[in-house]
Amino acid sequence: MAGEKGVKLLDFWASPFGQRVRIALAEKGVEYDYHEEELAAKSELLLKSNPVYKKIPVLIHDGRPVCESLIIIQYIDEVWPGKNTFVPSDPYSRAQARFWADYIEKKVYVTGSKLWKLKGEEQEECKKELVEIIKTLERELGSKKYFGGESFGLVDITLVPFASWFYVYEAFGGISVEREAPKLAAWAKGCKERESVAKTLPDPEKVYEHVISLRKRYGVE
Amino acid sequence: MAGEKGVKLLGIWYSPFGHRARIALEEKGVDYEYIEEDLSSKSELLLKSNPIQKKVPVLLHNGKPICESLIIVQYIDEVWPGKKPILPSDPYDRAQALFWSDYVDKKIYESGMKLLRAVGEGQEEAKEFTENLKNLEAELGERKFFGGEVFGFVDIAMVPFTNWFYSCEAICGLKVDEAVPKLAAWANRCRERESVAKTLPDPKKVLESVVDFRKKMGIQ
Repeated sequence: MAGEKGVKLLDFWASPFGQRVRIALAEKGVEYDYHEEELAAKSELLLKSNPVYKKIPVLIHDGRPVCESLIIIQYIDEVWPGKNTFVPSDPYSRAQARFWADYIEKKVYVTGSKLWKLKGEEQEECKKELVEIIKTLERELGSKKYFGGESFGLVDITLVPFASWFYVYEAFGGISVEREAPKLAAWAKGCKERESVAKTLPDPEKVYEHVISLRKRYGVE
Repeated sequence: MAGEKGVKLLGIWYSPFGHRARIALEEKGVDYEYIEEDLSSKSELLLKSNPIQKKVPVLLHNGKPICESLIIVQYIDEVWPGKKPILPSDPYDRAQALFWSDYVDKKIYESGMKLLRAVGEGQEEAKEFTENLKNLEAELGERKFFGGEVFGFVDIAMVPFTNWFYSCEAICGLKVDEAVPKLAAWANRCRERESVAKTLPDPKKVLESVVDFRKKMGIQ
Protein backbone atom coordinates (compact mmCIF):
# COMPACT_ATOMS: atom_id res chain seq x y z
CA MET A 1 0.00 0.00 0.00
CA ALA A 2 2.66 2.56 1.04
CA GLY A 3 4.81 3.76 -1.82
CA GLU A 4 1.89 3.59 -4.31
CA LYS A 5 1.36 6.90 -6.03
CA GLY A 6 -1.96 8.56 -6.72
CA VAL A 7 -5.38 8.98 -5.15
CA LYS A 8 -7.93 6.23 -4.49
CA LEU A 9 -11.36 6.58 -2.97
CA LEU A 10 -13.12 3.66 -1.28
CA ASP A 11 -16.79 4.52 -1.29
CA PHE A 12 -20.41 3.42 -1.72
CA TRP A 13 -22.62 5.07 -4.34
CA ALA A 14 -25.48 6.02 -1.98
CA SER A 15 -23.35 7.33 0.87
CA PRO A 16 -23.76 11.08 1.46
CA PHE A 17 -20.42 10.96 3.31
CA GLY A 18 -18.67 9.54 0.26
CA GLN A 19 -20.43 12.03 -1.99
CA ARG A 20 -18.95 14.89 0.04
CA VAL A 21 -15.48 13.61 -0.74
CA ARG A 22 -16.25 13.10 -4.44
CA ILE A 23 -17.56 16.66 -4.65
CA ALA A 24 -14.47 18.01 -2.87
CA LEU A 25 -12.10 16.13 -5.22
CA ALA A 26 -14.06 17.32 -8.27
CA GLU A 27 -13.99 20.92 -7.06
CA LYS A 28 -10.20 20.73 -6.87
CA GLY A 29 -9.87 18.89 -10.18
CA VAL A 30 -8.02 16.00 -8.55
CA GLU A 31 -7.86 12.77 -10.53
CA TYR A 32 -8.63 9.65 -8.57
CA ASP A 33 -9.43 5.99 -8.79
CA TYR A 34 -12.92 5.19 -7.51
CA HIS A 35 -13.56 1.83 -5.79
CA GLU A 36 -17.16 0.88 -5.12
CA GLU A 37 -17.34 -1.10 -1.88
CA GLU A 38 -19.94 -3.75 -1.22
CA LEU A 39 -20.91 -3.07 2.36
CA ALA A 40 -21.97 -6.66 3.04
CA ALA A 41 -18.55 -7.90 1.85
CA LYS A 42 -15.93 -5.29 2.63
CA SER A 43 -12.68 -5.46 0.71
CA GLU A 44 -9.37 -6.28 2.32
CA LEU A 45 -8.15 -2.85 1.32
CA LEU A 46 -11.00 -1.19 3.23
CA LEU A 47 -10.47 -3.32 6.33
CA LYS A 48 -6.74 -2.58 6.22
CA SER A 49 -7.19 1.15 5.52
CA ASN A 50 -9.83 1.79 8.18
CA PRO A 51 -9.34 -0.90 10.82
CA VAL A 52 -10.95 1.25 13.53
CA TYR A 53 -14.37 1.79 11.95
CA LYS A 54 -14.23 -0.38 8.79
CA LYS A 55 -16.35 2.27 7.04
CA ILE A 56 -16.29 4.26 3.85
CA PRO A 57 -15.32 6.78 2.64
CA VAL A 58 -11.57 6.28 2.85
CA LEU A 59 -9.21 8.42 0.80
CA ILE A 60 -5.90 6.75 0.07
CA HIS A 61 -3.25 9.24 -1.02
CA ASP A 62 0.11 7.82 -2.10
CA GLY A 63 -0.79 4.70 -0.17
CA ARG A 64 -1.72 6.46 3.07
CA PRO A 65 -5.34 6.35 4.24
CA VAL A 66 -7.39 9.27 5.56
CA CYS A 67 -10.76 8.47 7.16
CA GLU A 68 -13.90 10.37 8.23
CA SER A 69 -15.45 12.57 5.54
CA LEU A 70 -15.00 15.98 7.19
CA ILE A 71 -11.39 15.19 8.01
CA ILE A 72 -10.88 14.05 4.39
CA ILE A 73 -12.34 17.35 3.12
CA GLN A 74 -9.95 19.35 5.33
CA TYR A 75 -7.07 17.20 4.09
CA ILE A 76 -8.01 17.70 0.43
CA ASP A 77 -8.29 21.46 1.01
CA GLU A 78 -4.81 21.59 2.57
CA VAL A 79 -3.04 19.35 0.07
CA TRP A 80 -4.64 20.96 -3.02
CA PRO A 81 -5.41 24.52 -1.91
CA GLY A 82 -5.63 25.90 -5.44
CA LYS A 83 -7.51 29.12 -6.03
CA ASN A 84 -10.51 28.57 -3.80
CA THR A 85 -10.13 27.00 -0.40
CA PHE A 86 -13.17 25.41 1.22
CA VAL A 87 -12.68 27.36 4.42
CA PRO A 88 -12.06 31.09 4.85
CA SER A 89 -8.58 32.25 5.82
CA ASP A 90 -9.76 34.13 8.92
CA PRO A 91 -9.68 31.85 12.03
CA TYR A 92 -13.01 33.07 13.38
CA SER A 93 -14.91 32.51 10.12
CA ARG A 94 -13.17 29.17 9.83
CA ALA A 95 -14.38 28.18 13.31
CA GLN A 96 -17.92 29.15 12.31
CA ALA A 97 -17.73 27.04 9.14
CA ARG A 98 -16.45 24.08 11.16
CA PHE A 99 -19.21 24.58 13.73
CA TRP A 100 -21.90 24.35 11.05
CA ALA A 101 -20.28 21.38 9.36
CA ASP A 102 -20.20 19.67 12.76
CA TYR A 103 -23.87 20.59 13.36
CA ILE A 104 -24.87 19.06 10.04
CA GLU A 105 -22.75 16.01 10.79
CA LYS A 106 -24.37 15.43 14.17
CA LYS A 107 -27.94 16.19 13.21
CA VAL A 108 -28.96 15.72 9.59
CA TYR A 109 -28.05 12.11 8.85
CA VAL A 110 -29.13 10.68 12.20
CA THR A 111 -32.48 12.46 12.29
CA GLY A 112 -33.12 11.95 8.58
CA SER A 113 -32.52 8.20 8.85
CA LYS A 114 -34.67 7.86 11.95
CA LEU A 115 -37.50 9.29 9.88
CA TRP A 116 -37.75 6.19 7.70
CA LYS A 117 -36.92 3.75 10.50
CA LEU A 118 -39.50 4.86 13.06
CA LYS A 119 -43.29 4.86 13.29
CA GLY A 120 -46.09 6.48 15.30
CA GLU A 121 -45.24 8.78 18.21
CA GLU A 122 -41.47 8.36 17.78
CA GLN A 123 -41.67 9.27 14.13
CA GLU A 124 -43.73 12.38 14.95
CA GLU A 125 -41.02 13.52 17.37
CA CYS A 126 -38.42 12.89 14.73
CA LYS A 127 -40.37 14.87 12.11
CA LYS A 128 -40.53 17.89 14.44
CA GLU A 129 -36.80 17.59 15.03
CA LEU A 130 -35.98 17.41 11.33
CA VAL A 131 -38.11 20.47 10.54
CA GLU A 132 -36.32 22.36 13.34
CA ILE A 133 -32.94 21.37 11.89
CA ILE A 134 -33.93 22.41 8.37
CA LYS A 135 -35.21 25.76 9.60
CA THR A 136 -32.06 26.35 11.66
CA LEU A 137 -29.94 25.73 8.60
CA GLU A 138 -32.07 28.06 6.52
CA ARG A 139 -31.64 30.81 9.13
CA GLU A 140 -27.88 30.33 8.97
CA LEU A 141 -27.90 30.46 5.18
CA GLY A 142 -29.90 33.70 5.21
CA SER A 143 -29.83 35.41 1.85
CA LYS A 144 -26.37 34.19 0.94
CA LYS A 145 -25.75 32.33 -2.29
CA TYR A 146 -23.86 29.62 -0.43
CA PHE A 147 -23.19 28.95 3.26
CA GLY A 148 -19.67 30.05 2.36
CA GLY A 149 -20.97 33.40 1.03
CA GLU A 150 -19.93 33.82 -2.56
CA SER A 151 -17.74 30.70 -2.36
CA PHE A 152 -18.99 27.13 -2.39
CA GLY A 153 -17.29 25.83 0.73
CA LEU A 154 -17.05 23.33 3.57
CA VAL A 155 -20.59 23.73 4.88
CA ASP A 156 -22.11 23.55 1.38
CA ILE A 157 -20.12 20.38 0.63
CA THR A 158 -21.11 18.85 3.97
CA LEU A 159 -24.83 19.45 3.46
CA VAL A 160 -25.48 19.19 -0.27
CA PRO A 161 -25.49 15.36 -0.54
CA PHE A 162 -28.63 15.38 1.60
CA ALA A 163 -30.39 17.25 -1.20
CA SER A 164 -30.82 13.83 -2.81
CA TRP A 165 -32.66 12.78 0.35
CA PHE A 166 -35.28 15.55 0.30
CA TYR A 167 -37.56 13.23 -1.67
CA VAL A 168 -37.12 10.51 1.00
CA TYR A 169 -38.02 13.01 3.75
CA GLU A 170 -41.20 13.85 1.84
CA ALA A 171 -42.12 10.28 0.96
CA PHE A 172 -41.65 8.84 4.45
CA GLY A 173 -42.26 11.86 6.65
CA GLY A 174 -44.38 14.23 4.63
CA ILE A 175 -41.71 16.90 5.08
CA SER A 176 -41.30 19.19 2.11
CA VAL A 177 -38.05 21.15 2.28
CA GLU A 178 -39.47 23.43 -0.43
CA ARG A 179 -42.34 24.34 1.88
CA GLU A 180 -40.49 24.40 5.24
CA ALA A 181 -37.33 26.11 4.01
CA PRO A 182 -37.68 27.60 0.51
CA LYS A 183 -34.32 29.38 0.65
CA LEU A 184 -32.61 26.12 1.53
CA ALA A 185 -34.41 24.38 -1.35
CA ALA A 186 -33.24 27.16 -3.68
CA TRP A 187 -29.69 26.80 -2.35
CA ALA A 188 -29.80 23.06 -3.14
CA LYS A 189 -30.94 23.79 -6.71
CA GLY A 190 -28.14 26.32 -7.09
CA CYS A 191 -25.55 23.80 -5.90
CA LYS A 192 -26.81 21.16 -8.33
CA GLU A 193 -25.85 23.49 -11.17
CA ARG A 194 -22.20 23.06 -10.21
CA GLU A 195 -20.53 20.34 -12.23
CA SER A 196 -18.97 18.71 -9.16
CA VAL A 197 -22.39 18.31 -7.55
CA ALA A 198 -24.35 17.39 -10.70
CA LYS A 199 -21.79 14.68 -11.52
CA THR A 200 -21.87 13.23 -8.00
CA LEU A 201 -25.35 13.30 -6.54
CA PRO A 202 -27.53 10.31 -7.34
CA ASP A 203 -31.04 10.69 -8.63
CA PRO A 204 -33.44 11.13 -5.66
CA GLU A 205 -35.55 8.25 -7.07
CA LYS A 206 -32.58 5.91 -6.76
CA VAL A 207 -31.99 7.02 -3.17
CA TYR A 208 -35.67 6.36 -2.44
CA GLU A 209 -35.39 2.84 -3.86
CA HIS A 210 -32.24 2.30 -1.80
CA VAL A 211 -34.10 3.34 1.37
CA ILE A 212 -36.93 0.93 0.52
CA SER A 213 -34.44 -1.92 0.34
CA LEU A 214 -32.84 -0.77 3.62
CA ARG A 215 -36.25 -0.74 5.30
CA LYS A 216 -36.79 -4.32 4.16
CA ARG A 217 -33.41 -5.31 5.52
CA TYR A 218 -34.12 -3.62 8.86
CA GLY A 219 -37.58 -5.16 8.96
CA VAL A 220 -39.43 -1.83 9.01
CA GLU A 221 -42.96 -2.02 7.64
CA MET B 1 -20.81 41.39 23.86
CA ALA B 2 -19.23 42.45 20.57
CA GLY B 3 -16.57 45.09 20.97
CA GLU B 4 -15.44 43.64 24.32
CA LYS B 5 -11.74 42.89 24.36
CA GLY B 6 -10.14 39.80 25.79
CA VAL B 7 -10.81 36.10 26.24
CA LYS B 8 -13.55 34.49 28.31
CA LEU B 9 -14.27 30.80 28.71
CA LEU B 10 -17.65 29.52 29.82
CA GLY B 11 -17.35 26.08 31.34
CA ILE B 12 -18.36 23.72 34.07
CA TRP B 13 -15.87 22.32 36.57
CA TYR B 14 -16.36 18.64 35.75
CA SER B 15 -16.70 18.90 31.95
CA PRO B 16 -13.79 17.27 30.10
CA PHE B 17 -14.75 19.30 27.02
CA GLY B 18 -14.19 22.55 28.89
CA HIS B 19 -10.92 21.19 30.26
CA ARG B 20 -9.64 20.80 26.70
CA ALA B 21 -10.14 24.51 26.02
CA ARG B 22 -8.53 25.53 29.33
CA ILE B 23 -5.50 23.32 28.82
CA ALA B 24 -5.02 24.77 25.32
CA LEU B 25 -5.22 28.35 26.63
CA GLU B 26 -2.78 27.53 29.45
CA GLU B 27 -0.35 25.87 27.04
CA LYS B 28 -0.34 29.00 24.91
CA GLY B 29 -0.01 31.31 27.92
CA VAL B 30 -3.17 33.21 26.95
CA ASP B 31 -4.79 35.36 29.64
CA TYR B 32 -8.45 34.52 30.06
CA GLU B 33 -11.38 34.88 32.39
CA TYR B 34 -13.01 31.62 33.41
CA ILE B 35 -16.74 31.71 34.08
CA GLU B 36 -18.33 28.74 35.86
CA GLU B 37 -21.78 28.00 34.48
CA ASP B 38 -24.68 26.46 36.36
CA LEU B 39 -26.31 24.07 33.90
CA SER B 40 -29.58 24.03 35.85
CA SER B 41 -29.77 27.78 35.39
CA LYS B 42 -27.86 28.79 32.27
CA SER B 43 -26.57 32.35 32.09
CA GLU B 44 -27.84 34.85 29.55
CA LEU B 45 -24.34 35.05 28.19
CA LEU B 46 -24.28 31.30 27.52
CA LEU B 47 -27.70 31.26 25.89
CA LYS B 48 -26.76 34.23 23.72
CA SER B 49 -23.32 32.84 22.81
CA ASN B 50 -24.44 29.33 21.98
CA PRO B 51 -28.12 29.60 21.03
CA ILE B 52 -28.00 26.43 18.92
CA GLN B 53 -26.67 23.89 21.42
CA LYS B 54 -26.88 25.91 24.68
CA LYS B 55 -23.83 23.97 25.88
CA VAL B 56 -20.44 24.62 27.40
CA PRO B 57 -17.62 25.17 26.68
CA VAL B 58 -17.90 28.45 24.81
CA LEU B 59 -14.84 30.58 24.11
CA LEU B 60 -15.52 34.29 23.74
CA HIS B 61 -12.74 36.14 21.95
CA ASN B 62 -13.22 39.90 21.78
CA GLY B 63 -16.91 39.22 22.35
CA LYS B 64 -17.27 36.69 19.52
CA PRO B 65 -18.29 33.15 20.50
CA ILE B 66 -16.68 29.91 19.37
CA CYS B 67 -18.35 26.62 20.30
CA GLU B 68 -17.48 22.89 20.33
CA SER B 69 -14.33 21.98 22.23
CA LEU B 70 -12.21 20.60 19.37
CA ILE B 71 -13.14 23.56 17.17
CA ILE B 72 -12.18 25.86 20.06
CA VAL B 73 -8.79 24.15 20.46
CA GLN B 74 -8.12 24.42 16.73
CA TYR B 75 -9.11 28.12 16.85
CA ILE B 76 -6.77 28.75 19.79
CA ASP B 77 -3.96 27.08 17.86
CA GLU B 78 -4.59 29.25 14.80
CA VAL B 79 -5.01 32.57 16.60
CA TRP B 80 -2.00 32.10 18.91
CA PRO B 81 0.38 30.05 16.75
CA GLY B 82 3.52 31.29 18.49
CA LYS B 83 5.38 28.66 20.38
CA LYS B 84 3.95 25.24 21.13
CA PRO B 85 1.85 24.49 18.03
CA ILE B 86 -0.90 22.08 19.00
CA LEU B 87 -1.59 20.59 15.56
CA PRO B 88 1.25 19.40 13.29
CA SER B 89 1.94 21.36 10.12
CA ASP B 90 1.90 18.38 7.72
CA PRO B 91 -1.62 17.78 6.31
CA TYR B 92 -1.42 13.99 6.70
CA ASP B 93 -0.28 14.19 10.32
CA ARG B 94 -3.01 16.77 10.96
CA ALA B 95 -5.61 14.42 9.51
CA GLN B 96 -4.39 11.65 11.83
CA ALA B 97 -4.56 14.00 14.84
CA LEU B 98 -8.10 15.04 13.89
CA PHE B 99 -9.08 11.39 13.40
CA TRP B 100 -7.89 10.29 16.84
CA SER B 101 -9.42 13.29 18.61
CA ASP B 102 -12.68 12.48 16.89
CA TYR B 103 -12.21 8.87 18.12
CA VAL B 104 -11.97 10.19 21.69
CA ASP B 105 -15.29 12.02 21.15
CA LYS B 106 -17.06 9.11 19.49
CA LYS B 107 -15.69 6.16 21.44
CA ILE B 108 -13.97 7.12 24.69
CA TYR B 109 -16.61 9.64 25.76
CA GLU B 110 -19.57 7.44 24.82
CA SER B 111 -18.27 4.22 26.36
CA GLY B 112 -16.93 6.10 29.39
CA MET B 113 -20.32 7.66 30.04
CA LYS B 114 -22.01 4.26 29.69
CA LEU B 115 -19.60 2.90 32.30
CA LEU B 116 -20.21 5.75 34.73
CA ARG B 117 -23.93 5.14 34.38
CA ALA B 118 -23.68 1.36 34.47
CA VAL B 119 -26.23 -0.59 36.45
CA GLY B 120 -24.95 -3.54 38.46
CA GLU B 121 -21.40 -4.81 37.94
CA GLY B 122 -20.83 -2.84 34.75
CA GLN B 123 -18.71 -5.63 33.24
CA GLU B 124 -20.04 -5.19 29.70
CA GLU B 125 -19.43 -1.47 29.88
CA ALA B 126 -15.95 -1.98 31.35
CA LYS B 127 -15.12 -4.35 28.49
CA GLU B 128 -16.18 -1.85 25.84
CA PHE B 129 -14.33 1.02 27.50
CA THR B 130 -11.19 -1.07 27.82
CA GLU B 131 -11.35 -2.09 24.13
CA ASN B 132 -11.52 1.55 23.14
CA LEU B 133 -8.65 2.50 25.46
CA LYS B 134 -6.59 -0.33 23.95
CA ASN B 135 -7.06 1.14 20.46
CA LEU B 136 -5.76 4.46 21.73
CA GLU B 137 -2.86 2.76 23.46
CA ALA B 138 -1.94 1.01 20.21
CA GLU B 139 -1.95 4.36 18.43
CA LEU B 140 0.29 5.92 21.11
CA GLY B 141 2.82 3.14 20.72
CA GLU B 142 6.18 4.01 22.27
CA ARG B 143 5.77 7.74 21.88
CA LYS B 144 6.01 10.21 24.75
CA PHE B 145 2.82 11.94 23.63
CA PHE B 146 0.32 11.38 20.80
CA GLY B 147 2.01 14.41 19.26
CA GLY B 148 5.39 12.67 19.44
CA GLU B 149 7.71 14.89 21.43
CA VAL B 150 5.02 17.56 21.36
CA PHE B 151 2.05 17.63 23.75
CA GLY B 152 -0.51 18.05 20.99
CA PHE B 153 -4.09 17.95 19.82
CA VAL B 154 -4.90 14.34 20.66
CA ASP B 155 -3.19 14.63 24.05
CA ILE B 156 -5.33 17.67 24.86
CA ALA B 157 -8.46 15.92 23.52
CA MET B 158 -7.92 12.82 25.66
CA VAL B 159 -6.23 13.90 28.89
CA PRO B 160 -9.39 15.25 30.59
CA PHE B 161 -10.99 11.81 30.30
CA THR B 162 -8.16 10.27 32.31
CA ASN B 163 -9.87 11.90 35.25
CA TRP B 164 -12.61 9.30 34.89
CA PHE B 165 -10.22 6.40 35.49
CA TYR B 166 -10.49 6.74 39.26
CA SER B 167 -14.31 6.67 39.05
CA CYS B 168 -14.22 3.67 36.71
CA GLU B 169 -12.28 1.67 39.29
CA ALA B 170 -14.72 2.63 42.04
CA ILE B 171 -17.78 1.73 39.98
CA CYS B 172 -16.75 -1.54 38.37
CA GLY B 173 -13.30 -2.42 39.60
CA LEU B 174 -11.62 -1.57 36.31
CA LYS B 175 -7.92 -0.99 36.96
CA VAL B 176 -6.87 1.14 34.03
CA ASP B 177 -3.16 1.05 34.86
CA GLU B 178 -3.26 -2.73 34.58
CA ALA B 179 -5.49 -2.86 31.51
CA VAL B 180 -3.59 -0.24 29.49
CA PRO B 181 -0.27 0.40 31.26
CA LYS B 182 1.30 2.50 28.48
CA LEU B 183 -1.74 4.74 28.29
CA ALA B 184 -1.79 5.05 32.08
CA ALA B 185 1.90 6.08 31.99
CA TRP B 186 1.10 8.64 29.28
CA ALA B 187 -1.71 10.00 31.47
CA ASN B 188 0.71 10.42 34.37
CA ARG B 189 3.21 12.24 32.16
CA CYS B 190 0.49 14.61 30.97
CA ARG B 191 -0.76 15.29 34.47
CA GLU B 192 2.72 16.58 35.38
CA ARG B 193 2.33 19.44 32.92
CA GLU B 194 1.36 22.69 34.55
CA SER B 195 -1.50 23.33 32.13
CA VAL B 196 -3.05 19.97 32.98
CA ALA B 197 -2.35 20.03 36.74
CA LYS B 198 -3.91 23.49 36.98
CA THR B 199 -7.00 22.54 35.04
CA LEU B 200 -8.12 19.04 35.96
CA PRO B 201 -10.18 18.76 39.14
CA ASP B 202 -9.33 16.25 41.85
CA PRO B 203 -10.47 12.80 40.62
CA LYS B 204 -11.99 12.18 44.07
CA LYS B 205 -14.26 15.19 43.61
CA VAL B 206 -15.25 13.84 40.21
CA LEU B 207 -16.14 10.49 41.79
CA GLU B 208 -18.26 12.28 44.41
CA SER B 209 -20.23 14.02 41.69
CA VAL B 210 -20.59 10.74 39.74
CA VAL B 211 -21.89 8.98 42.86
CA ASP B 212 -24.33 11.87 43.42
CA PHE B 213 -25.51 11.64 39.85
CA ARG B 214 -26.01 7.88 40.09
CA LYS B 215 -28.06 8.33 43.28
CA LYS B 216 -30.24 10.94 41.58
CA MET B 217 -30.78 8.61 38.61
CA GLY B 218 -31.60 5.73 40.92
CA ILE B 219 -28.69 3.62 39.66
CA GLN B 220 -27.50 0.88 42.01
